[in-house]
Amino acid sequence: MDARVAEDLLATMLRIRAFEERVAQLHRSLQIQGLVHLSIGGEGVAAAVCRQLRVDDAVYSTHRAHGHALAKGACAGRVMAELMGTRDGLCRGLGGSMHLVDAEHGLMGATGVVGGNLPLAAGDALAAALSGSDRVTVAFFGDGAVQAGHFAETVNLASLWCLPLILVCENNGMAEFTPRSEHTRVESVCELVAPYGFERRLVDGSDVVQVWDAFGELLAAARGGEHARRGPFLLECLVHRRRGHYEGDQQAYRDELAEAEWARLDPLQRFRALAAERGWVAPEQAERLAERAREEVDEAVAGARSGRPLPMAQAAELVYAS
Amino acid sequence: MAREIPYIAAVQEAIAQEMARDETVVFYGQDVAPSDEDPLVKRFGRERVRVSPISETAEIGMAIGLALAGYRPIVELLMAEFMLVAMDQVVNEAPRFRYMSGGRVKVPLVLKAGYGFTAGWAGQHTGSIYSMFMGVPGLKVVTPSTPADAKGLMASAVRDDNPVVYLMHYLLVLEQGEVPEGEHLVPIGEAAVRRPGSDVTIVATGWMVGRALAAAETLAGEGIDAEVIDPRSLQPLDLPTILSSVQRTGRLVLVDQGTRHASAASVIAAEVAEHGFESLRAPIKLVCALDTTIPYSQPMEAHVLPDEHKIAGAVREVLGTAPVTA
Repeated sequence: MDARVAEDLLATMLRIRAFEERVAQLHRSLQIQGLVHLSIGGEGVAAAVCRQLRVDDAVYSTHRAHGHALAKGACAGRVMAELMGTRDGLCRGLGGSMHLVDAEHGLMGATGVVGGNLPLAAGDALAAALSGSDRVTVAFFGDGAVQAGHFAETVNLASLWCLPLILVCENNGMAEFTPRSEHTRVESVCELVAPYGFERRLVDGSDVVQVWDAFGELLAAARGGEHARRGPFLLECLVHRRRGHYEGDQQAYRDELAEAEWARLDPLQRFRALAAERGWVAPEQAERLAERAREEVDEAVAGARSGRPLPMAQAAELVYAS
Repeated sequence: MAREIPYIAAVQEAIAQEMARDETVVFYGQDVAPSDEDPLVKRFGRERVRVSPISETAEIGMAIGLALAGYRPIVELLMAEFMLVAMDQVVNEAPRFRYMSGGRVKVPLVLKAGYGFTAGWAGQHTGSIYSMFMGVPGLKVVTPSTPADAKGLMASAVRDDNPVVYLMHYLLVLEQGEVPEGEHLVPIGEAAVRRPGSDVTIVATGWMVGRALAAAETLAGEGIDAEVIDPRSLQPLDLPTILSSVQRTGRLVLVDQGTRHASAASVIAAEVAEHGFESLRAPIKLVCALDTTIPYSQPMEAHVLPDEHKIAGAVREVLGTAPVTA
């Protein structure tokens, strides 16, 4: 971590925050429809993980994909266009918020079925191993995905075949509308995979430096290890999900967090303060970056608004690859 | 140059030829190549030929990830029913991915399984459930009934850039048939006329093709000339071949080893009723398995399933019961 990296990370986090806050607004005013799940509170993990990946390293995301997509290099304009269902979107308006694909930047997919992305990510990691490449695959998932069969099966196979797969769990203690304690007796995801014996870390997901350092170590091991020890790996990040499960969720099931408590849990506020303290990014520079992020999002919205949907006849041709 | 080999050998031959031709083809599944003496392991090694644990969601999900990353996996699932364990991956992920990406990616993979064995394998191992997959846009479904087609459709399935459900019939595995050596491709979406005829069109798949041909022989003795069509692919379905046959014969009997409700037969019946109505001189008749789980007891199993007698009976019905005399 140095000033250059810190500035990059902060810029990415600010971009994600500005984007997501704007999406919330647009969704409220019915300019974005359907189910959207925002990454507010998860910016630190998205940025600290993806900034260390190469373009050819793959990322598989979840229904909560905007932050990962932007952090992996997706153009904000194309993500916004996708959310507005136009032909200029990443997926030509056919996928929407939960199914972002940006193969050009290594975002291989996102899925709307909790845990559904995990075996796909393991398959991608197997492809990496078969090809002899040193690229790795990152699978993002939440603590809510860990009780379904996809998780156990993926962990088993990844461990059996030593796949270069880094499982990044964003444990926000919530699965949709209920707390983790109502889903399982096992508190930590790290505990759950312990019998497989592969490397795993538990970090504070709101502490960008901690995430950066821990992920960096796992990445180096995944990339540089001998075949027999290439993986998998697990990074469990404790994070706070600021908003509801989806936009429109009234969150009757949660106590409202005091602003002071949110300041303590917000990766963005914390990193901004730390970056200033360490002399990496001065407050004025941070404010300029925040302003630039807002402008970028404004441009993305303006561009997306002028877009049109794909003609149905063209969409029909995309059901099958010829 | 054709020689006779069993259906099961024809399938293996296609897999071996495709793996030799294209190094991105990989093959794995439960009990696939358990020993190092297995011919596929000896030729292609354990990186490309693997045993996987009983873990259908991961096995199929990984195939999707492999396919998206440029490989062409064939997953051995053994029984069609085992795909049901992983319906999310088979229905909600594999075939939808391309479309949801706006056509930017493709998912070339083959889900290989057997079906329809009967002989007391009982309720969970005997189903003919292909119709469940026919309604899934983005998925292809093939059901070869001859060794040559078993080879040709497997080769085509591997080369197809879409997810293909390849269903071999377990009662056909030892059937011998002429199979071309070397490269042999059967196009997906193309039916085969197994027996040309003029009085009635019988459509049948898999093991039922043989039953329909046997019924046709019996009927020929009664002066009834039946045309037997084997769709070979259920999705995409070669409706034009069926429609042009019905246009000539005016009568249609659909044979399906699957249960009647929401069967492949019912899908074809609806299409012909809509697009071939003017050709029909009698109502369409379906000869399907009864709407029940296949019972274990042998005589009960036989009662539930279609056979050549039921097929011949259905033909006589659509021809107005009285046998046609020359």
